[in-house]
Amino acid sequence: MSKIIDGLFYSESHEWVKLEDGIAVIGITDFAQKSMGSIVYVDMPDEDDEVSRNEEFGAVESVKAASDLYAPVSGTVMEHNGELEDDPGLLNRDPYAGWIIKVRMSDPAETSELMDSAAYAEFLARQE
Amino acid sequence: MKYYDKLIFGLSKERRIGFSLPENSWKDRADGIPANLKRSSPLDLPQVSEPDAVRHYVNLSDMNFSVDTGFYPLGSCTMKYNPRISEEVASFSGFSGIHPLQPAESMQGVLRIYSELSDWLCALTGMSAFTLNPFAGAHGELTGLMIMRKYHLSGGDTGRTRIIVPDSAHGTNPASAAVCGLEVVQVKSTGEGLIDMESLLPLLDETVAGIMMTNPNTLGLFEKDIHRIEAAVHAAGGLMYYDGANMNALLGKVRPADMGFDIMHLNLHKTFSTPHGGGGPGAGPVGVTENLKHLLPMPAIRKRDGTGEYEIAMPESSVGRISGFMGNFGMLMKAYTYILMLGKRNVRKVGPYAVLAANYVKESLKDRYRLPIPSLCKHETVFDGLAACSGDVTTLDVAKRLLDYGFHAPTIYFPLLFHQSIMIEPTETESKETLDAFIDAMKKIADEALTDPDLLKEAPHNTPVRRPDETLAATHPVLVYQHKP
Amino acid sequence: MGFAYFPHTDEDIRAMLDKAGAVSLDSLYSDVPEDVLFKGEFDIPDAMTEMEIRRRFADLSSKNRKLKIFCGAGAYDHYSPAAALSMISRPEFLTSYTPYQAEVSQGTLRYIFEFQTMMSMLTGMDCSNASMYDGPTSAAEAMLMAMSCTRKKKRILLSGTLLPQVLQVVETYMGFHGVGLDVIPGKDGESDLASICRELRSEDVAGVLVPGINRYGIIEDLSGLADAVHDAKALLAVYSDPSSLAVIRTPGEWGADLACGEAQSLGIPLNAGGPYLGFLCCRQEFVRKLPGRIAGETVDADGKKAYVLTLQAREQHIRREKATSNICSNQSLMALYVTVYLSLMGPQGLRRVNDLSYGGAHSLHSRLLETGLFTDAFGKPFLKEFTLRSRLPVDRLQKSLLDKGIFGALSCGEDLVSFCVTENRTEEEIEQVVDAALFCHLDICRDIVNDKLSPDHEILR
Repeated sequence: MSKIIDGLFYSESHEWVKLEDGIAVIGITDFAQKSMGSIVYVDMPDEDDEVSRNEEFGAVESVKAASDLYAPVSGTVMEHNGELEDDPGLLNRDPYAGWIIKVRMSDPAETSELMDSAAYAEFLARQE
Repeated sequence: MKYYDKLIFGLSKERRIGFSLPENSWKDRADGIPANLKRSSPLDLPQVSEPDAVRHYVNLSDMNFSVDTGFYPLGSCTMKYNPRISEEVASFSGFSGIHPLQPAESMQGVLRIYSELSDWLCALTGMSAFTLNPFAGAHGELTGLMIMRKYHLSGGDTGRTRIIVPDSAHGTNPASAAVCGLEVVQVKSTGEGLIDMESLLPLLDETVAGIMMTNPNTLGLFEKDIHRIEAAVHAAGGLMYYDGANMNALLGKVRPADMGFDIMHLNLHKTFSTPHGGGGPGAGPVGVTENLKHLLPMPAIRKRDGTGEYEIAMPESSVGRISGFMGNFGMLMKAYTYILMLGKRNVRKVGPYAVLAANYVKESLKDRYRLPIPSLCKHETVFDGLAACSGDVTTLDVAKRLLDYGFHAPTIYFPLLFHQSIMIEPTETESKETLDAFIDAMKKIADEALTDPDLLKEAPHNTPVRRPDETLAATHPVLVYQHKP
Repeated sequence: MGFAYFPHTDEDIRAMLDKAGAVSLDSLYSDVPEDVLFKGEFDIPDAMTEMEIRRRFADLSSKNRKLKIFCGAGAYDHYSPAAALSMISRPEFLTSYTPYQAEVSQGTLRYIFEFQTMMSMLTGMDCSNASMYDGPTSAAEAMLMAMSCTRKKKRILLSGTLLPQVLQVVETYMGFHGVGLDVIPGKDGESDLASICRELRSEDVAGVLVPGINRYGIIEDLSGLADAVHDAKALLAVYSDPSSLAVIRTPGEWGADLACGEAQSLGIPLNAGGPYLGFLCCRQEFVRKLPGRIAGETVDADGKKAYVLTLQAREQHIRREKATSNICSNQSLMALYVTVYLSLMGPQGLRRVNDLSYGGAHSLHSRLLETGLFTDAFGKPFLKEFTLRSRLPVDRLQKSLLDKGIFGALSCGEDLVSFCVTENRTEEEIEQVVDAALFCHLDICRDIVNDKLSPDHEILR
């Protein structure tokens, strides 16, 4: 069973969003990291880059796979997680601590289109 | 094969030399280059003697598996024997000193090989013309797709921007399409591993440039519906592209043009027996039907009317230049020689013998390995992992254990349609004894998977190195030698 | 009659058919529609013996003319060390597959790693891939890579002083890829840096490609270009002749992000145009966008040093239509050739090659100018290749050279001709080039005397 945390928002492409004072902290879920295997690289946007909901903003790579990341919300990148440059395995060890980017949202209402933990659990159950 | 732990840099010692060059007797030397245009950083290339260099590279070669040392059951790669006569004639000095821009009159021997090889490839595939410029299969695909696009565009049909690619296709197909600016539309396979007509037909509209197909496909199965597919694609205004990666199954038996294909590439390093060279150079000639001939890339080699002479043309109508010169000529000479050795009669047996070997292996292993599609296969057969094992022995473990038995691993985890794919292509140049030894090894491995799974999980045991840590390599890439202080 | 590459006896075939449950070889094609099976005769020759093949090649070979090569233009007649040719004939290298099974491919992987190291040293870049098809395609791949590194930008700039085949191949690739491309014409024989910088102001440029040594043989001065390109958030790629990089300023030293080019100049025989190999090197920050194969160092399960193909998530077999490139193979065996070549040559040998080429080229350059039949086209620094304005009609000059068994005076448009001299050319051969030019002049004068040419001919002015 994949771990799901209450209080976060989830996308169908397995990103999670945590809201901190109007800032969206974005990462990938436990389900996503498990299906990737050992993550060796995270391709992240730079500070000030714009991201749009449901559009690619980067990718995670394992030895034999690559998976694009889709922005669950739109906005401006404030920061990417520099720790992942040296230690991408953080996403495997603790996917909910290993955030990828922080985004200043341009449309906070977009979170209403995401799933809560219960809906995501149900979504996963249908997948598995 | 034994472990040898050196890099050439470790053999270097100041002032050693391995070259044989005259002293400079000219008035000028490269010091004359203005200071701001000169290299200022030191050049740390190794300094070794010729005997040390030769011994180093021979020792490296000893850590390699090769067709000349053992059997490759490698699906979709056609690792057949590479004739020695091809190597001998390709090194003839009358060819090695030819500059590619020399006047055509001074390289008629080169151009004749080019022209005759094109003619023979036409005869064997039913196409009307071939370019031999593309350097590899993927390069041929790109060239072929450029021809397809230009065909539509030059007819004023600008809306054909999508290409249909089956989900079982080689990874290069969608990648080549993307480089060529085409949008890839994937079409599903049926449970029998063939293109699903029900999924294909609705996709065919005025936005489709064509379809890329491998036949037999990557499951080693002949697309029986080829006539229906061809009729539907052509009716929709699209073109048929044939990925010749699996042509060995059909050589001497079926010609792609007769299946309705308009454009195709061949991998000379597969079907026409030029050596793989550790990953290249290869050659990926592209053939087309009569109505697409004018689009082939330049330079084009032509026979001058009536004179028996050959010329180099730069046709205006062409898709353009896709290579610096005229392709990997050395490889073309080897394929030319192979065809001459085979001749018109033996060539008819290549496909059938390759197919015979694949079906023999398939039937011999189907009790021990899961065979998802049991029908007649062509040049290769695909299993979906072990039929039975204890623990979680995977296809990777089987492949690695095979190395201990002195065989190369098969192609694994491809095609993507199955989770534990093991793809085996035995080719026509392996004897029954070799195939039997391979079958025995595969059966022993299936036994071991039940009795001693750890033996497989930890395999290989007696290769120069054991399983490498690929995660480490990709997380913290070390891509150049770091000088130790 | 048997055939040397088919090991099966009739008995073997019978046994294998039985196991396969097939009645005959033909029945193995029962899934193929009848009308698709080829029943005719193939229009190819009858089988030959090895003896016949040798005779045929002796005959074909005699139809080529072995010329003394005074032409470069992207293919150079440098010295080929015997040991390099010998090493690429080792069957364990020659007949091996791509090194995906690292455990039994350490030989190939180690030389690729050595190749990457040596190409990085030569170009002054951080890393290299395992090689590309040839120089022009490496330039096209460099431009695709520049677009991938700058994400949404879709325009590139090329200097008009690049070799024509490089311009043409990049144009072909970009045309189909839907990329805006501008060729900025050269000025006084060099890249027009001022115009390139002007074009950069529009900020939509992903990559700029300029030559280190250009089509006229001129060593370009790229001062200030890298800064301008980087200010416009684009990538700078320098197309180089790697042999020359032992002595001329490297792409790394010019501040380039990418270095690409044709590595045939590292001792690979001319061989009528191939196989050669391209190279593509980059700065560390772009390595995950570098196309093609890359070998990396790691350890095996026992902690022993081992090499693997790495960063595979970039490649077509994983990314499919989203891969950086469609390239699948490299020119591996030619990369081995170059690696052995560079090992044997070392820094001193490569310098000697350049000294000899420079010395010979400058000698020919001054002797041709001394004839009064040529003028210097641009008067700029060169290494082994140079361009002159010819007062002799170019076609007649070329013919006079060919009559003496020399291939040179390659036409570079109008009255411009280029020559190249490598260490393979002797003083005597250089003398023959000068003689051929003088003879050509004499021949033209004779035609004028014999009324075959007008006395107003330019040559008499």
